[in-house]
Amino acid sequence: MPTRTPMEVSIAVAKAVQQADVDVIAAYPITPQTHIVEHLSELVANGELQAHFMNVESEHSAISAMVGAAAAGASTFTATSSQGLALMHEILFIAASLRLPIVMVVANRALSGPISIWNDHSDIMAERDIGWIQVFCETGQEAYDAILHAFRVVRDPNVVLPMVVNIDGFNLTHVIEPIYLFEQEELGDYLPEHRQSLKLDIDHPITMGPVGIPEVYTEAKKQVEDALINSKQVILAAWQEFGRRFGRAYAPIETYRVEDAQILLMTMGVISRTAMGAVDRLRDAGKPVGLIRCRLWRPFPLPEFREAVRQASIIAVIDRHISLGAHSGPVGQEVRSALYTLPNRPQVFDFVLGLGGRDVTVHDFLEIVELAEQYATQGPPESEYTLIGLREV
Amino acid sequence: MKIALESFEKFDPQHLPEFEPLAPGHRACQGCGEVLALRLAAKALGREMMVISATGCMEIISSAYPQTAWRVPWLHVAFENTAAVASGVEAALRIMKEKGKIARDDIPILAVAGDGGTADIGLQALSGALERGHNFIYLCLDNEAYMNTGIQRSSLTPYGAATTTSPPGKLSMGESHFKKDMPAIAVAHKIPYVATVNPAFYLDLMNKVKKASLIKGPAYIHAFSPCPTGWRHEGRYAVKIARLAVQTRVFPLYEVINGKYFLNRKISKPKPVREYLKLQRRFAHLTEEDIEIIQENVNNEYDRLLRLSQAVDLESKLTTSFQEYIDQLKLQMDEAYQKLRAEFQHT
Repeated sequence: MPTRTPMEVSIAVAKAVQQADVDVIAAYPITPQTHIVEHLSELVANGELQAHFMNVESEHSAISAMVGAAAAGASTFTATSSQGLALMHEILFIAASLRLPIVMVVANRALSGPISIWNDHSDIMAERDIGWIQVFCETGQEAYDAILHAFRVVRDPNVVLPMVVNIDGFNLTHVIEPIYLFEQEELGDYLPEHRQSLKLDIDHPITMGPVGIPEVYTEAKKQVEDALINSKQVILAAWQEFGRRFGRAYAPIETYRVEDAQILLMTMGVISRTAMGAVDRLRDAGKPVGLIRCRLWRPFPLPEFREAVRQASIIAVIDRHISLGAHSGPVGQEVRSALYTLPNRPQVFDFVLGLGGRDVTVHDFLEIVELAEQYATQGPPESEYTLIGLREV
Repeated sequence: MKIALESFEKFDPQHLPEFEPLAPGHRACQGCGEVLALRLAAKALGREMMVISATGCMEIISSAYPQTAWRVPWLHVAFENTAAVASGVEAALRIMKEKGKIARDDIPILAVAGDGGTADIGLQALSGALERGHNFIYLCLDNEAYMNTGIQRSSLTPYGAATTTSPPGKLSMGESHFKKDMPAIAVAHKIPYVATVNPAFYLDLMNKVKKASLIKGPAYIHAFSPCPTGWRHEGRYAVKIARLAVQTRVFPLYEVINGKYFLNRKISKPKPVREYLKLQRRFAHLTEEDIEIIQENVNNEYDRLLRLSQAVDLESKLTTSFQEYIDQLKLQMDEAYQKLRAEFQHT
């Protein structure tokens, strides 16, 4: 049996990267991802991980160096947050288009301005369309497992795409939690060796990153889209195999007490734990409330999502990002469009909360359920979304 | 490093390698001096190398899918990150060789960018890669403006040049700043090798690129790259202008090896800069006074380089005379010792 050791989640994440035997790590300091790469640099310094640790001069160069290293056939890892992710923006699309199997942790943090080092999802929500596989984690154990899944998935010859593992900054990265860490032998061949067929190779010279003239650009984009959509079956298989081998099963849409639930809360990431507390209280009071949590964000698991909400009459979607000038948050928009073409669809109400590290409490979820019921019976609110906990200024 | 340079076999003009890593049939303009410099640099490295390219003319003219002019591995990612990408490639080869995943990590990596991609938007990434000491060759193809986007000025556009964003007008004489000294910025990183090259001096160019590939650590090569389209000269004058740039001391050819300057081609009787300027319509609006300012700047820059290279001579002279002094001292001591010994034996 693997040992369950209390440790900081960032340390467990670094451990998973070590177990994946990465070749090149590039990193630039930004809070709150720092503990992950600090620990990795220690592992390299002590000879416990044979890898090249690059202290680059910006996140833009971190992702660029990862692209170069991956193009040369190396297994690569980097981590960032917030402004760092925003600085990487232009290269993220290129990494997907070049079909490079890079794994990156985003320790989710609010985007400036005003500058904030604290947790929300505004950094990654600005990067929804980059063509990377994207998952969100709820616990430290899941974060550790997700890194192992990520390396298995991106190394699959049917995927060969980059992947983001989202881990809520501070609220998850800095939490100390008992985590089961595998011994390397236990992992066995769950993690395949990193082998890349298309790479920079003097014996088989290829041109990578050519100009896409109007006659080919559309098709090139469609190929990335197809690869991303098709990656889902590999991701699901990787999770099933993980469950078979190690007893922890994962699904693209997780559910909690959804039996006969009329009202569903929908969350992503670490606040799902708090939402469960609210569901328990409401269930104890006899209210048919359940929770669904979106783990796989890209590619969006449309059939699984539709199936999960089939019986509900109300969905209260939680957004941790404010989409300025739009009518609701990004997850709210996604959910509404996912349901729009269905003949019988639940009512969707969108709630934005927990911005820039504002505490999210059980009471917030109780209020959300109450408001959602109120909107359903007395008519929707003036605004298409509701900002929870907004103080008068 | 010294050994690598001493045993370094120079190119023979009669037996140049036939293999062209950058194939003919690309889409560069007629008379493009930039593609000439790139072709020669690639030719110097041969079949076993990798090219990392910035966005720019050289990228678009050589890679429009489904065609490619590259017979060697080639990677283009973006505009400003060429040095960072190249450093990732180099790090990957090194660690994968160390882990036994690949056979070789001694494959030259040629990172190529223009003057804008080097001195402006790519300067930070270049500085980072030079400081980290990656084993790669960075080639700046300097055609003195953003030619690919339509001749906008860069920080390497020369004083007085007309570009589409530094046009001469009632209140303007064209570009109002002198060029940034990019090789000196590279030298400031204390890298082992910095050199300037010019496609009109093709053997010098090829030898310097080859030399750079033999040196362990970062090498920075700054290539003069005439652009008929942007400089507004006839295509047939590209090489002539390139040659004049050296003959007028506008673009001196030099190397900086471990911080020491070597002026490769001393121009004792320079032609006036006017001869270089008059073939290019980007300078056509300049007044006599403007040309005087340019001539003075060229003189000063050349003098500075000359003094820097003479500093090396002086240093070697000092070293030599110090050695001579020590040898003499040894001799004197020896004599004194023998004398003493003789006296001792005598008594």
